[in-house]
Amino acid sequence: MLELFTELTGNALLGMIINSLIPLVFVIPLALFFVWLERKVSAHMQDRLGPMITGSHGWLQTFADVLKLLQKEDIIPADADRKLFTIAPILVFAGSYAAFAAIPFSSAYIGSEIDMGIFYVVAVSGLVVAGILMAGWSSNNKYSLLGAMRSVAQIISYEIPTVLVILSIVVLAGTLNLLKISEMQTAYFWNWFIFGGPEPGLIKFLLIPFMFAGFLILYISSLAEVNRTPFDIPEAESELVAGYHTEYSGMKFAMFFLSEYANMFVVSAIVSAVFFGGYQSPFGYLGNSLGISWLVPIEQFFWFTAKGIFFVFVQMWLRWTLPRLRVDQLMAVCWKYLIPYSFVNLIIIAFLELYR
Amino acid sequence: MPVKKRKKDLNLMENLYIPEIAKGLALTFKTMFKPKVTMEYPEVKFQPPASYRGRPVLVQEESGVERCVACGLCSRVCPALAIEVRASETELEKERYPEKFEINMLRCIFCGFCEEVCPEEAIVMSKDYELVFTDREDAIYGKDKLLVPVANLKDRLEFLRNFK
Repeated sequence: MLELFTELTGNALLGMIINSLIPLVFVIPLALFFVWLERKVSAHMQDRLGPMITGSHGWLQTFADVLKLLQKEDIIPADADRKLFTIAPILVFAGSYAAFAAIPFSSAYIGSEIDMGIFYVVAVSGLVVAGILMAGWSSNNKYSLLGAMRSVAQIISYEIPTVLVILSIVVLAGTLNLLKISEMQTAYFWNWFIFGGPEPGLIKFLLIPFMFAGFLILYISSLAEVNRTPFDIPEAESELVAGYHTEYSGMKFAMFFLSEYANMFVVSAIVSAVFFGGYQSPFGYLGNSLGISWLVPIEQFFWFTAKGIFFVFVQMWLRWTLPRLRVDQLMAVCWKYLIPYSFVNLIIIAFLELYR
Repeated sequence: MPVKKRKKDLNLMENLYIPEIAKGLALTFKTMFKPKVTMEYPEVKFQPPASYRGRPVLVQEESGVERCVACGLCSRVCPALAIEVRASETELEKERYPEKFEINMLRCIFCGFCEEVCPEEAIVMSKDYELVFTDREDAIYGKDKLLVPVANLKDRLEFLRNFK
């Protein structure tokens, strides 16, 4: 894709800029949609209607909210560290946006096809932690700082089971490249890693229960990584006002909000890429059977978005169903259950792969 | 009502949490598709039943005269001292009528005592719950605002006859 843009514009730099802007035009409307969806889902789960006035069923509500936030005064508290306070939201958004670079949207578009794909995504999500701690520290507010500390402790802890589960998939796939991992799970849904991966045989069926366990662990820890309920103690309203973004208003707050929803989509995309075939269709392509080859990437893009939206919906669904965990329970879930289980899972999968 | 269990009483499935979480998820998913009770207020308005106690109004007969005979009982019974009545004489059969009848809606507590005590069924609680005013003078409702034709108050009067 990069070559195409370079050719079209005749300038390497311009091509790069266009190539990197594509995820942005994708993620901003998507984040706006998710904010609306969250409000609708929460409302309907609580016997309410949610926004109904702006547009049909309130679909324009988030646009109106963004317009309002744009007009708001940008308040920086008097005792805040002005530089860090300004950088923090940008860093948080950059962290979640940078992850899009290695996620394959379809076989035709991936920001950068690096062989370290999934490692890069996990590593770059660490930037979000730095941004959150920066926001909490620079606000000079005890609630912000507490929220940021909790968030950092939580994200760092939950990265371990995430990485262990991803590692078990890497053991099966033999590559860190997300495009290749997705490419492997082509054709039908039983080739997805959740159903034991593409290679047929007895081992495939033996793998299925461990794959489901791995998926659960990955999904739970990804929930914790994006600070969603039941792991939303960093922004627990009842204890910490709003956590690390208490002091933020206007466009800076909107940045945090946007990156939260972008991050939700990133973790969903990773879950779907490693377990649910990424952009692959569960049952063949219309483009292939009709013989129209340019239709296939569009279909793949549709499946990628649909899977992502589905997992984001499940995140919302969980949020409006479960209560929040206590801090000690949160750490106990991670260190006493998820990490040992994911280790055992990894060892079993590695053995099965070894004796395939 | 589910029985509260202690941790040691949980069986294996409950201890795994995942099936229990799935149950909770099923419940919220079902709720998503249930009909909603929310009314979109300015467009759809709540129609109160006859027993509703909205703002108190004076009953106006078909002839255009109020029923009130200005006995002053409502003013006397009002716990919030919201009603002020000044009586005067009239050539009509009822002989007395309120020259001035004012209810201060900032004071009214919608208890319905005025309606209960009224010997003529002349003051009743209406279904009107949209009370808006921009200053204190506007909040004092005179006869012009209080008089409501008897035709509009039929079900409240019927309710009073049945249950008062």
